[in-house]
Amino acid sequence: MIVTHALTKRFGRVLAVDGVDLDVREGDRYGFLGPNGSGKTTVVRMLLGLVYATSGEIEVMGRAVPARVSEVLPRIGALIESPSGYGHLSGRANLALIDAAGKAGPGRTRRRRIAEALERVGLGGVDNRAVKKYSLGMRQRLGLAAALLREPRLLVLDEPTNGLDPQGIREIRDLLTELNRAGTTVFLSSHQLAEVEQLCTRVGIVDHGRLVLQEDLDTLRGPTGRVIVHTPDAEAAAALLDGRIEERDGDRLLVAEADPAEVNERLVTAGLRVTEIGPERRSLEALMLSVTGSGSDRIDGEAR
Amino acid sequence: MIRVELVKLAIRPRTWISILLLCGLPVTVAVFVAVTHLAPPPGQGPALLSAVLSNGSLYPAAALAIVLPIFLPVAVAVVAGDSIAGEAGSGMLRYLLARPVGRTRLLVAKLIALVVYTVATVLLIAGSSYVTGRLLFGAKPVAVTAHGVISSGTSNIAAGVAATTLSGTSLTPRDVLLRTVGAIAFIGVSMLGVGAIALFLSTITDSSLGAALGALAALVTSEVLVTLNAAGSVSPYLPTRYWLGWVDFFREPILWRNIDRGFAVQGVYVLVLLGAAWANFATKDIKS
Repeated sequence: MIVTHALTKRFGRVLAVDGVDLDVREGDRYGFLGPNGSGKTTVVRMLLGLVYATSGEIEVMGRAVPARVSEVLPRIGALIESPSGYGHLSGRANLALIDAAGKAGPGRTRRRRIAEALERVGLGGVDNRAVKKYSLGMRQRLGLAAALLREPRLLVLDEPTNGLDPQGIREIRDLLTELNRAGTTVFLSSHQLAEVEQLCTRVGIVDHGRLVLQEDLDTLRGPTGRVIVHTPDAEAAAALLDGRIEERDGDRLLVAEADPAEVNERLVTAGLRVTEIGPERRSLEALMLSVTGSGSDRIDGEAR
Repeated sequence: MIRVELVKLAIRPRTWISILLLCGLPVTVAVFVAVTHLAPPPGQGPALLSAVLSNGSLYPAAALAIVLPIFLPVAVAVVAGDSIAGEAGSGMLRYLLARPVGRTRLLVAKLIALVVYTVATVLLIAGSSYVTGRLLFGAKPVAVTAHGVISSGTSNIAAGVAATTLSGTSLTPRDVLLRTVGAIAFIGVSMLGVGAIALFLSTITDSSLGAALGALAALVTSEVLVTLNAAGSVSPYLPTRYWLGWVDFFREPILWRNIDRGFAVQGVYVLVLLGAAWANFATKDIKS
């Protein structure tokens, strides 16, 4: 769906994107993660032909970008950084203008498609108030509605749940999952781990312009080959599993053993109580912290 | 896309407020002049104003002379400066281009909307002031002098117009109409020159205010240099040098020299600046 090869962008002396090889497959829910200022937005803009790469190649749906970007953009719904609108117009009027612009959607179905898109994002009953009076969450929903106007095959979304309350985040996640099941590939750029962890099937992590990791989320979060046991009889359990204990923290034990069932059986057979047991999985957060540095919004060192 | 841009222009309150103000100023002036019968003497105040007391049909030309120095260029610069920078500022530029709207197409659509705005504004000013003029001053045969050189208040350009029954030829209504059309075309092209400056700046900055003010700064600079004898060597190439050349449409015979040069200078500015605007916009990284 999206393939980039050694994608590089330089702004003056700053290397914003450095040799990124993205590979987003059809049907993916791809989470594009990275600290603030790591180059995510620049990559998104290059995919859409807004920013021109310094070097490297981009292919979206089999077409070279930016040379043939106008062929694929009609099949892409995009939410770029933040939603925008003409503040003095209503949400519907904004969608109508957007839909009529450029390679226009068919005018006959416009009203219906706008109503459907608004319905999908939870703005079906919105009145004619001007967009400048919308809350941040409403704007976000309107931006999503604009992206959905033409039943896109690929959704490119930059922080789509920004400004939404937990209920709204949940709705949008369900909506994206539903669209994805119906065949839409979702490319979601975010710095919010929880959002990506709950929605995506595959992640790419960028740091300082480089893609440091790209993998299926299941693989990443697969068992580490260790088991975590919580037991009130930690002392005795540690003695029983002597040599296999890697870490002990109060009644929590980390056991170098792949199968929780087997560990459980040994403990229970020895008459020890177990309150909680399961395989250790890497959290996305731990993974992210281990592969990235701090974002560009943190500036250490001596003041100049 | 052209239609979308025209719709955007039409549903924007600013468009109509600016046109209302532009049409309102000449009406205000006309009311004062009609009530007091105190037109500025020939050579002072806006060009042609002294002539309208005797003939209201000339008022469209006088009205354009009233709004031309500042009001009209400001309105055109604001609309043109807003064209790309305004979209960038509101964050809509990236969404339009991702629709996709081709960058060249967007620029052309913006340009056409600008031309429509400029022409419509000039025509509405002319139309409303024609009605005002006929109502307040009536219509008598116009006499135009061949000489009697007077200088208008805003520039050193000579305006050989007086409405006294001097030795000049009388103009038929058809003549007045044709000459007014010529003047409107000339002013329209001059304003397009202003628009081209602002449109070019609009592709450079993301601030529509910056683009509009930049264009106005260029005009003020030009106005200052035009009146400066020491800058005489560059003055034929300055954008405002022939701005008042349209007054020559109301001479008998029409003095084509400044009119031709005015068209030529504005044409070059428009072509070069639009070319630069296109070259810049088509290759620019959209980071707004």
